[in-house]
Amino acid sequence: MHGTDHDHEHDGGDEHDHGHGHDHGHGHDHGHGQTRGGSALSPLELRVRALETVLTQKGYVDPAALDALIDTYQTKIGPRNGAQVVARAWRDAEFRRWLLEDATAAIASLGFSGRQGEHMVAVENTPQQHNMVVCTLCSCYPWPILGLPPTWYKSAPYRARAVKDPRGVLKDFGVHLPDTTRIRVWDSTAEVRYLVLPRRPAGSEHLGEHELAALVTRDSMIGTGLPLDPGASAAAHALP
Amino acid sequence: MNYLSHADLGGQDGYGAVTPEPEGELFHAPWEPRVLALNLAMGATGLWNIDESRAARETLADYRDLSYYQIMLAGLEKLLAQSGAVQSDAIAARVMRAGEVAAMLARGAPTARPPRSAARFSLGQSVRTIAAAPPHHTRLPGYVRGKLGVIERVHGAHVFADARAQGLGEQPQWLYTVAFDERELWGGDTPPQGSAVSVDAWEPYLEPA
Repeated sequence: MHGTDHDHEHDGGDEHDHGHGHDHGHGHDHGHGQTRGGSALSPLELRVRALETVLTQKGYVDPAALDALIDTYQTKIGPRNGAQVVARAWRDAEFRRWLLEDATAAIASLGFSGRQGEHMVAVENTPQQHNMVVCTLCSCYPWPILGLPPTWYKSAPYRARAVKDPRGVLKDFGVHLPDTTRIRVWDSTAEVRYLVLPRRPAGSEHLGEHELAALVTRDSMIGTGLPLDPGASAAAHALP
Repeated sequence: MNYLSHADLGGQDGYGAVTPEPEGELFHAPWEPRVLALNLAMGATGLWNIDESRAARETLADYRDLSYYQIMLAGLEKLLAQSGAVQSDAIAARVMRAGEVAAMLARGAPTARPPRSAARFSLGQSVRTIAAAPPHHTRLPGYVRGKLGVIERVHGAHVFADARAQGLGEQPQWLYTVAFDERELWGGDTPPQGSAVSVDAWEPYLEPA
């Protein structure tokens, strides 16, 4: 998947149509569209490779930095970060207060900060109010604690419906809340990013922070899900 | 001057069910992580800012036919064309190196700035959002235009997206969380379901009510 095996032989002299894919007809054997591992590369794959090649040749990007960025979001930054934050808040009343008062600082104290989480606000679910986060204008999402947004979060149905039909959206996720629980939807239209602090599940009183974190699902921190039930989630405890 | 965003989806009818996705599922094609990384690395060059990149993406004519990463790719190609960065050899850019990725991501790009004036609105105050759509990138969604809401949080002054998207500098403005009752937003034709919605709105989006 990494673009280190480029077979492009551009000399940088034919950039007249850069940025428009590689649909121009090369009359010479140029290597484009070659198969790799028996399968033809898709037009999108070729377009991205061409873009990466030209940007690397021009010196704007360092391919090693691209690999490091991908590795970061595949292995280091993801929803397990947020789960740690939530588990700490469930166990530590002082931390919970801090999180609700100054989420950016509280979250940074656990080592999570930066890009797309520069200004954090945590909103707490209660029996009276359930919180749900959306970005109707694009796909703003708290990357340092939740990683990359899931496909549905970026999709038109969620962005269109979350603000107008939040209970219907919750139903799509199998979540049914009592009518007495109000639903509060936070549309992330500026650079503030929201973390939902889910309610601590009943029966989790004896659990340590690590076990609690295993109950915290990504969706429960967006507000489209609830934490796992400690009784029914033995499998979840096996998570790292 | 016309400006048409295809990204302002909030409250629109006609969309079907939301399809949940397992937690570990990050990419659906091998080119997607490369586009993500290219977009992040090019963002770090300083050739454009995040508001300009949002404007480039939301005005793609085929925005609604494209996936998230296809939008990212087409937006990147558009920004490159606009910047002239590929045609020219003389454009200075900061290049992100592998060794600085972790530090740069951890630092991010905070948008809070010292306020240039006192806040016009305070907690609990009623406000009305402006009704007109400006002829440029903006972050006030259509579904809350011309609506009555309440100031629920005051976030201090932040870089004003509308200004920065137009290349007019940061022009920091006070930023508020403004909450709206569902009946105010959707009127009588939508059965209430016990919900409220907030947006984060810069001061120029708001008028006293």
